[in-house]
Amino acid sequence: MLSGMSIQKQRKLIIFSFITVPLLLLLTFAYYPALELVRLSFTDWDGISADKTYIGWANYKEVFSNPEIFGVFRNNVAYFVVGIVQNIAAIYFAVVLNGKLKGKNLFRLLLFLPYILNGVAVAFLFGYVYDTTNGSLNLLLGQLGFDQLAETSWLGQSQLVDYSLASISFWRFMGFNMVIYLAALQSIPSDLYEAASIDGANGWQKFIYITLPNIYKIIELNLFLTVTGALEVFDLPFVLTKGGPAGASETFVLKIVETAFQFNNYGLASAMSVVLLLFVIIVLSIQRYLLKGKGE
Amino acid sequence: MRSYRISWDILKYATLAVAVFAILFPPYIIVVNAFKTAEEFFEKAATALPDSFLHFANFAEAFEKADMPRAFGNTAVIIVLSLVLNILIGSAFCYAVGRFQFKLRGPLVGLFLFATIIPSITTQVVNYKTIQALELTNNLLGPVLLYVGADILQIYIYLQFVRSIPYELDESAMIEGASLFRIFRSIIFPLLGPATATIIILKTISIYNDMFVPYLYLPRPEHVVVSTSLMRFFSVNSGDWQLISSAILIIMIPTAILYLFLQKYIFAGVTSGAVK
Repeated sequence: MLSGMSIQKQRKLIIFSFITVPLLLLLTFAYYPALELVRLSFTDWDGISADKTYIGWANYKEVFSNPEIFGVFRNNVAYFVVGIVQNIAAIYFAVVLNGKLKGKNLFRLLLFLPYILNGVAVAFLFGYVYDTTNGSLNLLLGQLGFDQLAETSWLGQSQLVDYSLASISFWRFMGFNMVIYLAALQSIPSDLYEAASIDGANGWQKFIYITLPNIYKIIELNLFLTVTGALEVFDLPFVLTKGGPAGASETFVLKIVETAFQFNNYGLASAMSVVLLLFVIIVLSIQRYLLKGKGE
Repeated sequence: MRSYRISWDILKYATLAVAVFAILFPPYIIVVNAFKTAEEFFEKAATALPDSFLHFANFAEAFEKADMPRAFGNTAVIIVLSLVLNILIGSAFCYAVGRFQFKLRGPLVGLFLFATIIPSITTQVVNYKTIQALELTNNLLGPVLLYVGADILQIYIYLQFVRSIPYELDESAMIEGASLFRIFRSIIFPLLGPATATIIILKTISIYNDMFVPYLYLPRPEHVVVSTSLMRFFSVNSGDWQLISSAILIIMIPTAILYLFLQKYIFAGVTSGAVK
């Protein structure tokens, strides 16, 4: 349909028309909101009225000084701690699946399965597992003879609830991390291991001196996903506990959503979003910095 | 040395057994309880098998009460529209950027790559207002626009792929007088097939599983999608576990089936999507 035009003209037309739409979308839904977020964070906008009064750093002061807001990060820590264990388990199973093993593909299929299931369904699935009186976890513990433990209220105790929820994301994402590690392991040339065997290295030594250094980059990638994932937890507490009991499972993003969409405090919610955005960028920069140091 | 190997073998299979048990135990509970009648549910332990795996009454009730025909319909509309737009826009963009040298090309690609570090969850406060200004809240097109505009997975995947297609193909087509648009449509786009398949699978799963966007942008009952239908159903029927179990199963099954048949593509897609 363009064949009447010179290649030069076609080229210009193609570049212009193929780039405009995605660029507009990118600017509208990624860069504009990021900048607008910064602007709104200095106002007391309620999300409805036309006037947005400039109030300086007041929102940021509120974010950092109000323990009800910044203190919520304490709850996010559970997801970080469990996320680290999750990565260790993922590396372990990736190594196991990468070695000699019967039924390798079946194990990979099963371990990855939770990742593709609907998140809300998974949350309610564990709502049932954790249920104090009807729950299958307590039933199982009772049958194994842990009578005391079998009366635990997994989602009702403030010291426990974050770890119970974080364990759900362990269940859901361990296989995902494992598949990424597995792909990295498979790209390590096998002659490295053969050479090490000839030199008399045992399995553990091979793991420490060959495997780990070769998947270093992937470990960092997964750790970055773990840290940002821990900072951005939302759906599990939202679906299962609504932040309860007494705010013990409130996460920072849950707080942002409440502040903006329930309390109509868009200015404060924007400041909170900016803080979260900065945290993610800081984590990424540290990761890039470390990676650079290792690469040279 | 030999005893070392044997103990490693034992450890290996023992830990795998524990992992498989931990993964299958929660779904097992759901499966056995979804087939129980209300009386059975109260008489039997949660781990016990139902009298019959042919008791489908819970499924029928959940399917109807959770408004699932509508939920699946709405989810399908959102997925299909988002995929079509994502594939068209993404492949065209990557063709233009991957094939032609022009001023600002480097910064343009950089702009797209840099945007991935902005977590989409932080920008919702503003995006909500944008969608509202476009009058697309309470409209299935609102989520579509967000899934197309605020996610750039497709750009990554296509960009890697376009670069691996040899340029000689374009050249010989040009010599034969094909227009650039024709080259894109008849040569490049078909060759991007595997990348398109990966994008279709990953996006379908992520949109199907998303709860945040529909919860925020589609609050009305007539716009219910799969995730929100389950949330609403739960809030009305909480405690009625045999009913909830069947609702959970109905919602888990489609992606599980997709997974069984397309596992090869899913593993490949997840790996290439993550290591971007």
